[in-house]
Parts: sequence; structure tokens; C-alpha cells
Amino acid sequence: MDTGSMEVLKVADLSKTYQSGQRSLTVLEGVGFTLEQGDTCSIVGPSGSGKTTLLGLCAGLDGPTSGSVTLCGHPFGSLSEDERAAVRNEHVGFVFQSFRLIPTLTAIENVMVPAELRGRTHVRKEAEALLAEVGLGDRFEHFPSQLSGGEQQRVALARAFINRPDILFADEPTGNLDAETGDHIVELLFKLNAEAGTTLVLVTHDPDLARKTDRIIRLHGGHVIEDTRPDAGMNAAGPVHHDAGHTEPTAAVDADSHQEGA
Amino acid sequence: MKSWIWKFAGRDTRGNRGRLALFVSSMVLGVAALVSINSFGDNLRAAIDNESKTLLGADLSIESGSPFNDRVEAIIDSLGGIQSRRTSFASMAYFPRTESSRLVTVRGNEPGFPFYGAVETDPPEAADTYLQSGGALIDGTLMQQFGVVVGDSMRIGNESYRVEGRLLQTPRESAAVMLFSPRVYIPRARIDSTLLAVGSRADYEVYFRFTDDRDADAAIDPLRSELRSYRVGADTIEEERENWNEALTNLYRFLGLVGFTALLLGSLGVASSISVYVRQRVQTIAVLRCYGASIRSTIQVYVLQSLAMGLFGALLGSAVGVGIQTLIPMVLADFLPVDVAFRISWTAVLMGSGIGLGVTLLFALLPLLSLREVSPLMALRSTVDQTAHRRGPGWWATVGIIGIGTTGFAVAQAPTVGMGLGYAAGILVVFLLLAATARLLMWILIRRPPSRVSYTIKQGIANLHRPNNQTLTMMLALGLGTFLVTTMLISENTLVSQITIAGGNERPNLIFYDIQPDQVESLKTTIEDQGLPVMEEVPIVTMRIHSVKGRTVQELREDSTARASWAHRREYRSTYRDRLTDSETLVEGVFTPVWDGNGPIRVSVEADVANELDVAIGDPIVFDIQGIRVPTEVGSIREVDWRRMQTNFFVVFPAGSLDQAPAMHVMMTRAADEAASARVQSAVVRSQPNVSSIDISLILNTFDAIFSRIAFVARFMALFSILTGLIVLAGAVLISRFQRIEESVLLKTLGASRSTVLRIMSVEYLVLGVVASLTGILLAIAAGWSISAFVFDSPLSVPLGSVGIIMLAVVVLTLVIGHLNSRGVYDRSALDVLRSEV
Repeated sequence: MDTGSMEVLKVADLSKTYQSGQRSLTVLEGVGFTLEQGDTCSIVGPSGSGKTTLLGLCAGLDGPTSGSVTLCGHPFGSLSEDERAAVRNEHVGFVFQSFRLIPTLTAIENVMVPAELRGRTHVRKEAEALLAEVGLGDRFEHFPSQLSGGEQQRVALARAFINRPDILFADEPTGNLDAETGDHIVELLFKLNAEAGTTLVLVTHDPDLARKTDRIIRLHGGHVIEDTRPDAGMNAAGPVHHDAGHTEPTAAVDADSHQEGA
Repeated sequence: MKSWIWKFAGRDTRGNRGRLALFVSSMVLGVAALVSINSFGDNLRAAIDNESKTLLGADLSIESGSPFNDRVEAIIDSLGGIQSRRTSFASMAYFPRTESSRLVTVRGNEPGFPFYGAVETDPPEAADTYLQSGGALIDGTLMQQFGVVVGDSMRIGNESYRVEGRLLQTPRESAAVMLFSPRVYIPRARIDSTLLAVGSRADYEVYFRFTDDRDADAAIDPLRSELRSYRVGADTIEEERENWNEALTNLYRFLGLVGFTALLLGSLGVASSISVYVRQRVQTIAVLRCYGASIRSTIQVYVLQSLAMGLFGALLGSAVGVGIQTLIPMVLADFLPVDVAFRISWTAVLMGSGIGLGVTLLFALLPLLSLREVSPLMALRSTVDQTAHRRGPGWWATVGIIGIGTTGFAVAQAPTVGMGLGYAAGILVVFLLLAATARLLMWILIRRPPSRVSYTIKQGIANLHRPNNQTLTMMLALGLGTFLVTTMLISENTLVSQITIAGGNERPNLIFYDIQPDQVESLKTTIEDQGLPVMEEVPIVTMRIHSVKGRTVQELREDSTARASWAHRREYRSTYRDRLTDSETLVEGVFTPVWDGNGPIRVSVEADVANELDVAIGDPIVFDIQGIRVPTEVGSIREVDWRRMQTNFFVVFPAGSLDQAPAMHVMMTRAADEAASARVQSAVVRSQPNVSSIDISLILNTFDAIFSRIAFVARFMALFSILTGLIVLAGAVLISRFQRIEESVLLKTLGASRSTVLRIMSVEYLVLGVVASLTGILLAIAAGWSISAFVFDSPLSVPLGSVGIIMLAVVVLTLVIGHLNSRGVYDRSALDVLRSEV
């Protein structure tokens, strides 16, 4: 991190509108929050509420229509796409719902990708250690097609932590897994996160999983309708770091009109 | 380049190397064609350089269409050296044992020639003994045609010769030339002098060998202009070498251009394969972008893979090309004057593989540029549109480089700039039309999907326009292949039918010429005695132009501002008659039937010649008829249908104007069959041995033989494109196979039977095969029409039966390749497929 403060992610007045022919579709409007080092946060809401869009914007995978995102002191608005990619490489880890392992690479090679992208060499030992930590010490040379879903997501977890990221974005990490496997993955995720002191942003439908994080941001129709800290009790704390006083979106968003994350 | 790019590029090909090798195999034959042709060309040049002396057989040759005059004889004397003379002319050879006769090229030789190289014969000693024994050597085809054996007797004119042996190889002559008129070698001293009567065509040559290391070019150059004024030409080794080099360079460059077509087609295969390959990599690329890979380095990964593939293809293509190179001398054997030794030309290998690699990279770059549009968001959301990509400046720049590169290569490779540009434009038009047809087909099927048809037909047709379809690639591969084969077939058919029509029906099919005026009546009797009609009898007077519109040809040639064309310089064979024939159309002036002996003779001039001579009605032309100047005036201008197999003339004099001029006569008849033709020819050769005859059916056969040899060479080169088309087709089917497996598994899961899945695929390939072959055939008919209208100047003739067979073959081939490559699609287990990432 290159800022003196502990602020890892700062989102201010973020809006995203998609243009489809004559019709514009506002998916997010006036979203703002800040996360500090070690914070864990869930973004929840029904399908089409803008969760994945928000995650993508926070990680600099896409640009907002208005508002700003500052990640580890880097304001994305002033960066080019490649510069944003460089910031991600230095500070960000990802876990995806459908694992997204590279099918042509072995488990160990998949884990090494972010490190190699950074130009690090001799990372095999580190990758092996991480794979061993997620319980795949004997599957280094297996290809994704030779692994079960749970095993693939464990490889993805190891990959996410290889660069010791400041922030980890996880998109429905248990969405494609059965409950038991999912529980195991969540356990691992939180364990690794705690060990590394990483900030965690989690998109999920699962209220139980959301409750494991320090903070829950609930979206509906592209707006933050609730921002709570479960430890402080649901509905008790009210909005936290939340830019209140927004108006309702101009274009009502049908929950099914913008399919996401499936 | 960052180290991860190298590592990742290598790792990412795992499990796909076989597929990548198939993609790249589509360019292998194109590279092979270029390497083999150009390597062969280099070897040919080297062979011609090494054997240039044997090409001419002497240091210098001096030749003329008439006997040398005293001044030329004095020049020949002054040149010194060892000399050997040769007189060549066309005449009838008569074989008494078989009672057969045929027009041949007689070469009367003296000992000595060839000074370099040798006349090869069977038996070998006959090459020398025929000169001493006074016998003859004859061409192998002639021996075969008439069942002539060594020891047989042969008559030319009034002289008889014993056949001493078969001619195998001679200097200055390639086998293809011999098909027109087979050679007969006899001693010069034994030529029947009556065959060389005034007006007969003969070539007189003197060959020199200088023993004093003289430079033949330096010796002859100062004499050239004087010799030219006597219509005497001179040829040196250097000139002969250059002539052969130019002619053969044009030949192999043209073949190289045909080979390049295969490379272009193959490159489209590469582009389409890479396009699908990277589309299957979109998720991987999105993940890399999430983890911080820059756009540039992501593209570099796949450029590196394409480079490796291209390199592999280029190397493999070069190796295949070197192998094929050994076949080319066999294919071109009839056209080559020298034996070409096998040697690998590394320049050709480097050039061929360099061009192959360059073309592959450029074509690969087209789909690779779309990687810039892959958003990292796609790792989160697979529904983000993957297919949409803008054709930005980079894409257009690449297309521009491909266009300029292709045109530049075509211009450099083609014999002429015009041909190169024509080739590039032709290829572009064919590709664009095929692509447009594919797009139109998809557009129509999307807009107007067939209703009221069975589910399998609907599905099969839908496959043609669904995402990741291979319709465009298949259309290009199938369409171009069909186009090439059909164009060749139509051109061949148009040419052959043109000759057949010209010689058909009730027209004369047997021509007698070189008839002296005093032989006309007796020859008529000989022909009529055989029961054949004399259909035409035409006198021919040879002449040259002395002056046009008051300026002599000599003056015109010396005046750099004036234009002396071939029409001014040529020897005219004119006739005189009182009417126009049915192959002539008057376009200007009035045809004068008879000259009344007063005023200038009003001649009728053929339109093209009138144009070349720049004359109009009333302009004066003075002809030189064997030393006598005959003033004439242009009375009319005619158009002539030269395709008619009859005597046609550039200049027709009115009857009564040339009665006193020395004339040769031509007579025509029609023989009902081959036997009647042989009978009358034998009768004529026995009674008037100096009279030559041509059987039009023989010309047709000769033409067929020549054309089939040329067609064989062209087909050999086109084969590269056709095979490439099949590989591209197989590749395209295989690419879609991975998608088909998924679909067929879903259909299977939902209850579709094996035969339903097969029927769906069959409908798809059937429609593709029919549409692509039909488009290729229609384009070929258009091309055939252009060729027949602008090159052959004759009506188009489409062999419908053969074209139908081509279409059927293409459709069947498409179905077979489609099913072969899709085999096992139905057999894949549903679970297996649904679990793996295809």
C-alpha cells in the first residue's frame, strides 16, 4: 500500500448505466463506501441488483459512468486499462463462482500465474505450500479437468493468495458447490484471509455466508438499501460509511432485466 | 518480452498441439508449392546457364527464311570458324511399307552440328551413321503413329531414305514443339531440291564454332543491322540463354502464382482456426486480465503461439516442397530444353517459408486483434458479448498490409505487371463474392428460416448461422476449389469446341498446299479420282510491303518518330479472287471483284492490318512481289473470322491482277473418314511428292495433345489449392466438432437418437456443399465467359455433364469429410462432456 492510512478501497457516488440502443439502463446509482485493511464485507441482494457490477467496478474490471473508485491509493478514474491491470496485479486477488482455472495449466501452474505475471521467479515452493495448505499437496500436476469442483475452487483460493493481495474479491465462491464442499471452501477462505490480513469483498446470495463478514451491504435496484455490521446486530447499526440521502434511480431496474453472475 | 509470456504461451498449447498442427497444416501445401516451384526455377536457371552452349549447339547461328544472297555468303565466309549448315522445311513424309504419310519438319543437316551437346538417338550410333549412309532419323511419335521400324524406307519428295534410328533429344527443341510437326533428320546433301522451289517455305541456317576463343557477340554485333536488312537473323549462346531463361522464368513464375493461391486459401484456414481458437481462450484471457496481464502481453502470448505454428508450418511446407520439387521436372518434361538436376535451393526455401510465415502471421493477426476487446469482466460474467469486436485502425492496417503484400507478391511473381494485378484483383473478387454469398446465405436463413420442414432440417440449417459457425470458411474453401477446377474445365472445353466447330460438318477437312501452278489440274484429277470433291482452290502469292502512303518501310523503320509495326515488316501471303468468302465481312469501301488492267489495283485489307498500317480507303500501298513493285490502293476493309479452318488472307487482290505472279496453290477437300483421308494423301504424295497436306483432324489431335500437357501442368499446380481447400474444410469441420459434441450431448440427453444427430449434420453439410459448389461454378462460368470473350474471342461452352459431376463430387466430399471428422460426436458420454471444458 502506498497510502499512509489503512484505507484499502474507497467507493464514492458510483453509478453505472448501460446503453442499449435508445434505451439506457441504470444498474448502479450513488453507491459509496470505504473499506479498511482487514475488513471483510459482503455485497448481497437479489439477482439483477447490481452486485457483480459493483464488484467489477471496485476491482477496476470496468469503468463507472460517474463516481470514483480508489484502490490502495490508486484512483482508477485516472488510470488506463493496462495501468488498472498493473494495480490489480500488485494488490488484488480473485475467487470466481465458476473457478476460472486455466484448463491447459496444471494446478500448480494455475497457482503460479499471478506471481509470474508480476515477474516473480522461483515461486513454485510458495505455490506448493499454498496448495498443501488448501489440502491439495498431492494434486500439483493435475489439470482442472482432473479435479472436482471443490478441488478446483481450492486451487483458485491458492491462486488468489499467491501474491499476498491487499484485497480479495470473491464472486459467489460457493455458488457452484454443494453445501458441504462450500462450507469447507468458506472455512479455508476466511482462514487464509485472516492469516494474510487481507481485505475481503464477497458477493453472495447466501445469508449465512454473508453473516460471517464484518459488514453487509445490501443492494436493490442498483441502490444500497442497507449497510450493516452483523456483530452490532441487524438493523441496529444502520448505515455505515454510507452515502445516504440518495434519490430513487431514474430508470427502474427490473430484477430480471440484467442477468448477472449466473 | 516478459518471461511469463514465453512460459504461458508454451503451457497454453498443451492438449491443443494436435489441433494447432491441423490448423497450420492448411498452409503447408501453399508453402510447399512456392518452395518447390521456386527451387525448381533456380535449378532450371542454373541448368540453362551450365548448358547454354548445348541450347544453341554452336557459338553462333545465322538464319534466314530464304537462301542467303552473295553478300550474306561473303559475311559467312569472313566469320570463318568451323561451319555446319542446315536447311529445314515442312514436307510430307511417305512410308511405303504402311502406305501412310504425314506432314513433318525435315531438317537437312551437315556433319559437325551440334558442336556442343549431342543428338541422342536409339540406337546411339545412328546419330552419326545417318549422315554417312544417307539415311534418316525420325521422331519417336512418328515411328509409333505409323508403326515405322528401323530399316523401313521413307520418301520425302522424290528421295528415299532408310530409317536409321529414333530421335530422342536434339538441341534447340523441346518435346512439346515436336507434337505440332514431328522432326525428320536427313543429310542436307540428299534434300530433293524440287521441294525448295521458289515460294516454298524453308529455313536456312549456318552454325559456327569458333576455335579461337572469339566472342561471338562481339563478332556479330557490328554485322547485325546489315544482316537484318537482308532479313537474316543471328543468334548467339548468350541470346539463346536469355530467351530460354525469359520463357521458362515466365512459366515457373506463373506456376508459382497458382501455388500462391493455395497459400492464400490456407491462410484463410489459419485465420479462421485461430479465430475459433482464441474465442475458446476468452475466459483464460479474462482471468489473465483480472490478474493484471496487459492487453499487449496477452496478445503477445497468442502471437507467439501463431509464430511457432507458422514456423512449424513453414518448415514442414519447405520439406514437402523440396520433396515435390523432384516431381516437377517430370510434370514439365515436355517443355524443358535441358535436364534439370535436383538441388535444394536454400534461397527458395527461405523465401517460401518466409512468405508462408509472414502470410500466416498477418492472417492470424486479424482474429488476434479482437483480443483487445476481451474485458476482464468476462471472468465474472460469461454473458458479456464475446463475439462483438470492432474493426479498428489496427485491423484495417493489417488488411491493408495483406492486400498490398498479396498484390506486391503477385506482381513480382507474375510474368507481367498486368497479369500480377489481374491475379490479385481476380483473387480478391472471387474471395469477396464467395464471402458475400456466405453472408447472404446466413442473412436469408436468419430472416427467413424454413418453416414447415422437419425438425432435423430446421436444426441443420440453423447450424449454418449460429454463433461460431464455420459457414464462411467452408464456403471459401469449397467455393474456391470448385471455382478453380470448373474454370479450368470450361476454358479447356471452350478452346476445344472452338476448334471442333471450326473443323466440323460440311467444311473442308483436308488441305493440300505448296502446289505449283502446273500441278493444279493434275492434283484436281488425283483428288477427284479418289471420289472426293475439290471444295476450294486458292492461289497464294507471297509478297512484302515496299511502301505505305508514299513512305517506304525502310524509311519508316529508320524514322524514330514513325511507327513500323509487324504489319509493315511481315511477309504477306495474298490471294486474288472475285468475291468475298463466308468468313469475311466488308466493313468499309467497296470490294473490287476484277481488275480491268487500268489504274491502281484496288485491294481489300483486313481490318486489324489496316489499323496497324494506319491506312484508310484510297490510301496507296506498294507491294514487292519477288522484286517487282506492284502499286495498289486500299479499296475495301474486311473483318475476317480467323477461327474458320480455311484459307484466310490479310490482303485480297481482285481477280486478274496477279495472274502473272509466281503463285503457290492451296486446294481443299473433305474426306469422310480417316481411311479416305489417308488414301487421298498417299495418292497425292505418290504422284506429286512436293505437295504437302494437313488433315484438320490431325491438328485437332495435336491441339488436344498439347493442351492436355498444358492442362496437366495447370492441374498439377491447382491440385495444391484443391488439397489445401480440403484441409481447410476438414479443419473447419473439426473446429466446429468441439461445439457439436456439446450440442449433440444435449440433444442426446433430451432424447435425440443417433440418426437424428447424423441427419442434422447431413443437412448442414449438404446445404453447404450445394451452395458453395454452385457459387464456385457460377463464378467459374463468369470467369470462363470473360476468358472466352476477351482471350479466345469465341462463344462460351460449358460442359454441363462434367460440371454436374464436379458439383456432385464436391457435395459428396463435403458430406464424407463432415461425417469423418464428426465421428464419435454422438458416442461421447454426456457426463464426460458436461464436466470438461471443451
